[in-house]
Amino acid sequence: MNTATVFGLAAAVAAGLGTYGLIANPQPLRKIIAFNLLGSGVFLFFGVVARRSAGAGFGGDPVPQALVITGMVVAFSATALAVALLLRLFQASGSATLRPNAPASTDSGRSEA
Amino acid sequence: MRVALDLWTIVAVSAGAFFFLAGTVGLLRFPDALTRLHALTKADNLGLGLAVLGLLPRAAGLLGALKLVSIWLLVLLASATVSQLIARVARREDSA
Amino acid sequence: MGLGFEVGLIVLVLGVGAWTIAARETFAAVIGFATYGLLLALVWVRLSAPDVALTEAAIGGGLTGTLLLGAAARLRATEPADAAERSGAALHMVAGVLAATVTGGLAAAVLFLPDPAPTLAPAVAANAPATTLGNPVTSVLMAFRAMDTLLEKVVLLLATVGVWSLAPDRLWGGRPGPRHQANPDGVFAFLARLLPPVGIVVGIYILWVSADDPGGAFQSGTILAAMWMLAMMAGLADAPPVSRRSLRFALIAGPLIFLLVGLGGLWLGDAFLSYPVAYAKALILAIEFPMILTIAVTLGLLLAGPPEREPGR
Repeated sequence: MNTATVFGLAAAVAAGLGTYGLIANPQPLRKIIAFNLLGSGVFLFFGVVARRSAGAGFGGDPVPQALVITGMVVAFSATALAVALLLRLFQASGSATLRPNAPASTDSGRSEA
Repeated sequence: MRVALDLWTIVAVSAGAFFFLAGTVGLLRFPDALTRLHALTKADNLGLGLAVLGLLPRAAGLLGALKLVSIWLLVLLASATVSQLIARVARREDSA
Repeated sequence: MGLGFEVGLIVLVLGVGAWTIAARETFAAVIGFATYGLLLALVWVRLSAPDVALTEAAIGGGLTGTLLLGAAARLRATEPADAAERSGAALHMVAGVLAATVTGGLAAAVLFLPDPAPTLAPAVAANAPATTLGNPVTSVLMAFRAMDTLLEKVVLLLATVGVWSLAPDRLWGGRPGPRHQANPDGVFAFLARLLPPVGIVVGIYILWVSADDPGGAFQSGTILAAMWMLAMMAGLADAPPVSRRSLRFALIAGPLIFLLVGLGGLWLGDAFLSYPVAYAKALILAIEFPMILTIAVTLGLLLAGPPEREPGR
C-alpha cells in the first residue's frame, strides 16, 4: 500500500460520490457539480496510473498527465455548455427543473423563447 | 548554520499554522459574519506571512524568495478586497 | 510518518466532496466544490504532477467555481421550489448501488493494476532531445501528442459556438452577459486596476517557463482569462459583441497558427506537425503565444455565456 494506491482508492470513492450525486439529486445544477466530481475522480485515477509508471528520472509518466490536462480543459468547456443550457432553460420556461410540465417559479419573468 | 535555518523554518511555519488554527477557531466561534471576516483576514494573512518567512531560507535563490514574498502580497491584496466586499453585502443583508 | 499526510489529505478532500453532494443549499455546494478543486491540487502535487496541479487549481477550482457561482446566483429564484423537490427513496437506493458499483470497480482496477507498471517515460525521455524542451509534459503536449492539443482547441471553439447558439435570435451577435457596474472609486475597481498587469506578467511567465519547468499554455491562458473577467466584472471593460471581427480572429488565431505550422511540417518536413530539431523550440513558442490568446478569449467567453444585449448598446 503505497502513496499511489491510497490515492487510487480515494479516486474510486470520489467517482462513486459523483455518481451518487448525479443520480440522486434532482436539481440540474447539482447534477452538473456531481458530474464534475465524477470527472475529477476519473482524472485522479489517470494520475495514479501516471505515478505508478514513473521512470527515466521523471516523477510520473508524462503522457497520462498531458491527457489529464487536456481532459480538464474539455470538461470545463462541457460544464460551461451545460450551464448555458440550464440558464436558457430557466429563461425560456421560468423554472430550472427537469420535471416535465413544471409551474414557473413566482418571481421570474417570462422572456421570449 | 543549516541547523539554525531548519529550526527557523520549523518555528516560523508552526507559528503560522497556529495562527491559521486561531483564525479557524474564530470562524467557528464568532457570532456573525463581520466578526468572522475580521478573524479570518487578520489571522490567516499573518499565518501565511509567517509561513512564507519560514520558507524563505529554503527558497531557490533571490528570485525564489521574491516569488514567495509576492505570493504573500497578492494574497494580502485579494483577501483584503474580498473581505471588504463580503462585509458590505453582510451589512446590507443585516440591515435589510 | 509513512502515509499519514496522504491519508489526512484524502480524508479532508473526500469530506469536502461528500459535503458538496450532501449540502442543502446550492450556494454552499458550489463553494464546497471550489474548495474541493483547490485541495485536489495538493493531491496532484503529491502525485508528482505539478503541471496538472496548476491546471486543477486554475480551471477545476477557479474557473469552474466561478461559472457555477454565477449560475447559482442567477437560479436563486428557483431555489425554494427546487429545494422542496426531493427524490424518492427508491432513486436514492439505485443511486447508492450504482455508486458502490463504480467505486468497487475502480478500486479493484487500482488494486489489480499490473506490477511492474508499463510506462512510456523512457520513450519520452529518449525522444525529448528532439524537442529541446526540459519539461516532459510540455514536450508531450506540444510535440508528441500535438494532434490532441490541436483538436482540443477545436473542441473549445465548438463549445463557444454552442454557447453562442443559445442566444435568442434577435440577440445573435450581441454582447454576452449583463453590463457590470462597480463604484469606480471602490475597492473592487481598485483591485481590477491593480491586479491585471500583475496577472498578465504572471500568465506570460508561466508560459515562458513551461519549456523547462512546470507550467503550460492552458494554465497561462486561464490566468489571462481571469484577469479579463476581473476587468469586465468591475465594469472597467465591457464584453465585446460576439460579432466583432477582432474577437473572432482572436478565437481562431491559436488553432490557425497551429494548423499552419502543422501543414508546414507536412510540406517541409517528415509529417504533419513535425518540427525540425533546430527550430523546434522557436516553432513551439510561435504556436503557444497565439494559443494562449485564443485560450484566454475562449475561456472568458465560455464564462460570460450567450449574448444577452444587443450589439449596439
